[in-house]
Amino acid sequence: MSSAALSPGRSNLRRFLTGYGQEIVVLLSIAALFAVVGAVSPRFLSDTNINSIFAGNAYIAIAAIGMSMIIMAGHIDVSVGALIGVIATIAGTLAVKGYPVWMAWSVPILFAIAVNAGVGTLVAYTRIPSIVVTLGMLSILKGGLISATQGEWITNMPAEFMIAQMRPFGIPSAVWFMVALTFIAAVFLRYTDFGRAVYAVGGNMEAARAAGINPERTVIGVFALHGLFAGIAGILFATQLQVIQSTVPPNLELTVITASVIGGVSILGGAGTVIGSTLAAILFACIGSALIFLNVSAYWLRAVLGLMILATVLADMARRRRAR
Amino acid sequence: MTGAQPKLLRHETVLAALTMIAMAVLASLSDKFFTADNLLNQGRLMAEVGLISLAMTFVIVTGGIDLSVGSILGLTAILLGVFWKNLGLPLPAAIVLATVCGTFAGFVNGLIITRFGVPPLIATLATLALYRGLAEGISEARSVRGYPEWFFFFGQGEVLGVPFQLWVLGLATAAAAVILGLTPFGRATYAIGANEVAARFSGIRVNAVKLWIYTASGFCAALAAVIFVSRVTTTRSDMGTGLELDAITAVVLGGTSIFGGRGTIIGTALGLVLIQALKNGLALSGVKGDGAIVVIGLVLIGAILVGALFDRNRGG
Repeated sequence: MSSAALSPGRSNLRRFLTGYGQEIVVLLSIAALFAVVGAVSPRFLSDTNINSIFAGNAYIAIAAIGMSMIIMAGHIDVSVGALIGVIATIAGTLAVKGYPVWMAWSVPILFAIAVNAGVGTLVAYTRIPSIVVTLGMLSILKGGLISATQGEWITNMPAEFMIAQMRPFGIPSAVWFMVALTFIAAVFLRYTDFGRAVYAVGGNMEAARAAGINPERTVIGVFALHGLFAGIAGILFATQLQVIQSTVPPNLELTVITASVIGGVSILGGAGTVIGSTLAAILFACIGSALIFLNVSAYWLRAVLGLMILATVLADMARRRRAR
Repeated sequence: MTGAQPKLLRHETVLAALTMIAMAVLASLSDKFFTADNLLNQGRLMAEVGLISLAMTFVIVTGGIDLSVGSILGLTAILLGVFWKNLGLPLPAAIVLATVCGTFAGFVNGLIITRFGVPPLIATLATLALYRGLAEGISEARSVRGYPEWFFFFGQGEVLGVPFQLWVLGLATAAAAVILGLTPFGRATYAIGANEVAARFSGIRVNAVKLWIYTASGFCAALAAVIFVSRVTTTRSDMGTGLELDAITAVVLGGTSIFGGRGTIIGTALGLVLIQALKNGLALSGVKGDGAIVVIGLVLIGAILVGALFDRNRGG
């Protein structure tokens, strides 16, 4: 990165490639996957399948945007899956009980922001590591959810509540949300003071403080923002099917963290982009779908994902070593 | 190290007092709680998480983490079933071979972390997915049952009136406490967690120590898998899901610093007992099982919060 910036002889293209290396790798993987699988099995490219890949997984991409910010700021949140489960249940319950739709959408999102702002406050001011706080939060949310609902499913939600199933201009609203939020978050992180503060705090907290940034407030802000994204993801998750299962979606937090990391967010903090994490979420969805079309048993999906994470991380480490 | 010692003891004293109070309250809520039968049975349920927590204490003291233990447990369990049923190996050979594979999985974690310098959180996040994926792929979600009667001894048998796995857990706890507290290996573990670079410069073979610890973590998970399969009499690929979080909770509740350099086996043991007592006692006194999870979450955050405030008041 620094060597590319310092040598004027290098082309702009080269600089662009260095800056967005991971994103380009992920994007090329998606393109290659579409080409290969599409050639083997043309139905992979059918409208229904592409639709289900993008719309069905948009909520994961949106949650990964918030998670990316958390990781960039040098933290982690293992409770996001439980939070999304809780949000979906609150939203569904409100909708079924006859509350106005705007309330069924906004109340759970505000709840998510409040919960995560609380987590952020604990993390920022008591210096308890975020993995410990969110581990506790995971227990609280998961236990609370199952105790409150007894695992009962929510059905018969009003049609106007099902925002994920709406299709403005023929494209599922979940996809609109995913694209718009990724774009907004990317611009926000790159061009606002707060966005730069997130990178600075993740890179070196004390240096950030010396530069006049308030690290505590930045951390709380990042957690609250992450709550906002998790909230929106939860609403989309709640409304994409006709039923809400009132449980914590298994392993959702891992899928979200993995999307962030594969997308190029450095787990050491201080680097990464949300475009990468969204692309990575799409890549996962494509792989999952491709395995089915290639007649590979779906049971192997997770093993493939695991290998991919490992390969990405090792490649990232090798690249870092070469850069040094 | 001497400065940290009283602080450590303080956390453990607080925890021991907390455990006593919890026990007393739970005993007053239900007369079934404080019976020998119930307590021994709870010890049975504690063994699997307990074994994993012991190794996890070492891992976290070095400043690392191992998220893959639940998946290693699942993979070992599946391999045990497959080796025995599908490959037709004699059951003892299948047990040994599966345990070796689980240990090797831990060794691979250690290699990724030490050879390539991958942060443990990420390395074991990847292998969490990979090992669970292998378990799912190999088993195709089919369960294995029909084990011979003698095999159930590990998970259901008793020696001198005490469940077999409680003996295993007790011995392992004693061994772990001695290794971490009294041997050069234990001191190296603390030194790595306190300052890895300084440890390297003072002649500690940092990578070798870490490799041993992650391998031991895999071994403990594999051992837990054998006990688990024997206790529930079947093998399924989703065994041990989420176990890593239970183990980390016990370790952190026991006063081990997630940043490394501090922590004891006694603390972990107390953390384990407190969690199991809460789960069981609350269930017996009519709180539904999931209410207990909420309480455990609250206790985890609360205990760490109190610890952090103590540290601050002491100018730490």
